[in-house]
Amino acid sequence: MAEASLLRSFDQIRQDFPILKRTSHGKPLTFLDSAATSQKPQQVIDATSTFFEKFNANVHRALYELGEEATREYEGARERIAQFIHAKSPEEVVFTRGTTESINTVAYGWGVKGNVQKGDEILGTVMEHHSNHVPWHFVKDLKGATLKYIDMTDDGTLRLDQLDTLLTAKTRMVAVTQCSNVLGTINPIREIAKRAHEAGALCLVDGAQSVPHMPVDVQDLGCDFLAFSGHKMLGPTGIGVLWGRKEILDAMEPLHGGGEMIREVHLGWAKWNEVPAKFEGGTPNMGGVVGLGAAVDYLTAIGMDRVREHEKQLLKHALDTVGGIPGVRLFGPNDVERRGGVLSFDIEGVHPHDVASILDVEGICVRSGQHCAQPLMERLDVPATSRASFYVYTNAEEIDRLAAGIRKVQQVFA
Amino acid sequence: MSLEAYQDRILDHYKRPRNFGTLDPVTVTARDTNTVCGDDITLHIRVGGDGKIEDVRFQGRGCTIATASASLLTEAVKGMSVEDALKIDKPFMEAQVRVPLNDARSKCMMLSTHVLHLALGKGEKGKF
Repeated sequence: MAEASLLRSFDQIRQDFPILKRTSHGKPLTFLDSAATSQKPQQVIDATSTFFEKFNANVHRALYELGEEATREYEGARERIAQFIHAKSPEEVVFTRGTTESINTVAYGWGVKGNVQKGDEILGTVMEHHSNHVPWHFVKDLKGATLKYIDMTDDGTLRLDQLDTLLTAKTRMVAVTQCSNVLGTINPIREIAKRAHEAGALCLVDGAQSVPHMPVDVQDLGCDFLAFSGHKMLGPTGIGVLWGRKEILDAMEPLHGGGEMIREVHLGWAKWNEVPAKFEGGTPNMGGVVGLGAAVDYLTAIGMDRVREHEKQLLKHALDTVGGIPGVRLFGPNDVERRGGVLSFDIEGVHPHDVASILDVEGICVRSGQHCAQPLMERLDVPATSRASFYVYTNAEEIDRLAAGIRKVQQVFA
Repeated sequence: MSLEAYQDRILDHYKRPRNFGTLDPVTVTARDTNTVCGDDITLHIRVGGDGKIEDVRFQGRGCTIATASASLLTEAVKGMSVEDALKIDKPFMEAQVRVPLNDARSKCMMLSTHVLHLALGKGEKGKF
């Protein structure tokens, strides 16, 4: 098939990542920490430097040609990112520093400065990242909202049966991750958003671990907000997105006051600009936006269905090889159909810190700790876990190296 | 870091920690955690009339370095005056542990010293 021959293989894709050619402790770098941050392809690195080499001027302000070109690069990226998540229009895409700032923007502008009243309820889950916990603590502390949480089964599946009692007439927001950064669990957002709306609540989705790894269509999901980070999807650090339904963003208050976000300013008062400018006070991260635009182009060229399929194959391989080692306990669902490329594990009798330190000697980067999910660690009743996570550049050989590394850890502690 | 940190002497203190458990009678008990990794150390100390540490026990869970360091610390402070124990610092612990550690793991090494100082009235719980 002519079309298929145009598709680049994942071996070819891996060649695009210059950092993967380096070594660590004299061994080939085995980077299995993509859930923390992803590596960058040459195309993204080039797009970012090209912006500064050829187009740099402050966007939306300068009247000269260079400034117009800078604005075109910036807004062009917004359009492509909007298409990537199937937003109705580019105005629904707000640039932030990342998922954390995106969720804080909603917690403040929709929650604290919005309509959340004492006794109103915010519904979260036990598997959220701290960035989808703590902003809601602010709403609780400042507005007297009540926080409730959906529990999960021991294999890391959300207990949606609890929605019958947890969703009430007072529920204003359901804040849930689409993919757990610890367990890999992919949650049924369509169903959760539908239930939230039936109860008269909105639904915010933490897409930090889903948008980089699988097709995400906000229209299809039916949610009201989606937050994600550029650096976890091959883009630069310090850039992220808050997507929200236009009518909801229109009614929200901005988090940052300053230049660009205003229509008019007088001594003592001001009027806000239209969305998305209303939420983008100050000179934005222009290089970051352009880099994220390039990352989205790169992922689109691969195809998000293929990205998802690649990671599913890797996860299957990891569940078989790592999961097959005696003394290794895995966390999260076994079903790769509802799990992203994240493998949290525990080696019997060995602290996760020691696991990471010994794997490091082999050039293998895994994360050990609480993964910014302390409430989930408490739910699992473990002090910490080790986590390997995959992306487009990960290959089966690296997972075999991980399995060999785990055996080495066991030998040290034998 | 290198595998050198996992030499037999350290692994021995990890697998068979010295002075592990509780103490009765006890003068003072303190506990703190390293929230980054969940390491959790409690120290029980008995101070004699002469102002010297008569006996000490520790409890908790942690990585090899945190656990072995706590074990080595309990051996080092027995018979030490409270005044001297309050002076224990990173170089002192490095001399006990004697393996190369990077910055992150040095923190693991120092958790038990922080708890010792808490017990003896120096420092602040949660500020580790």
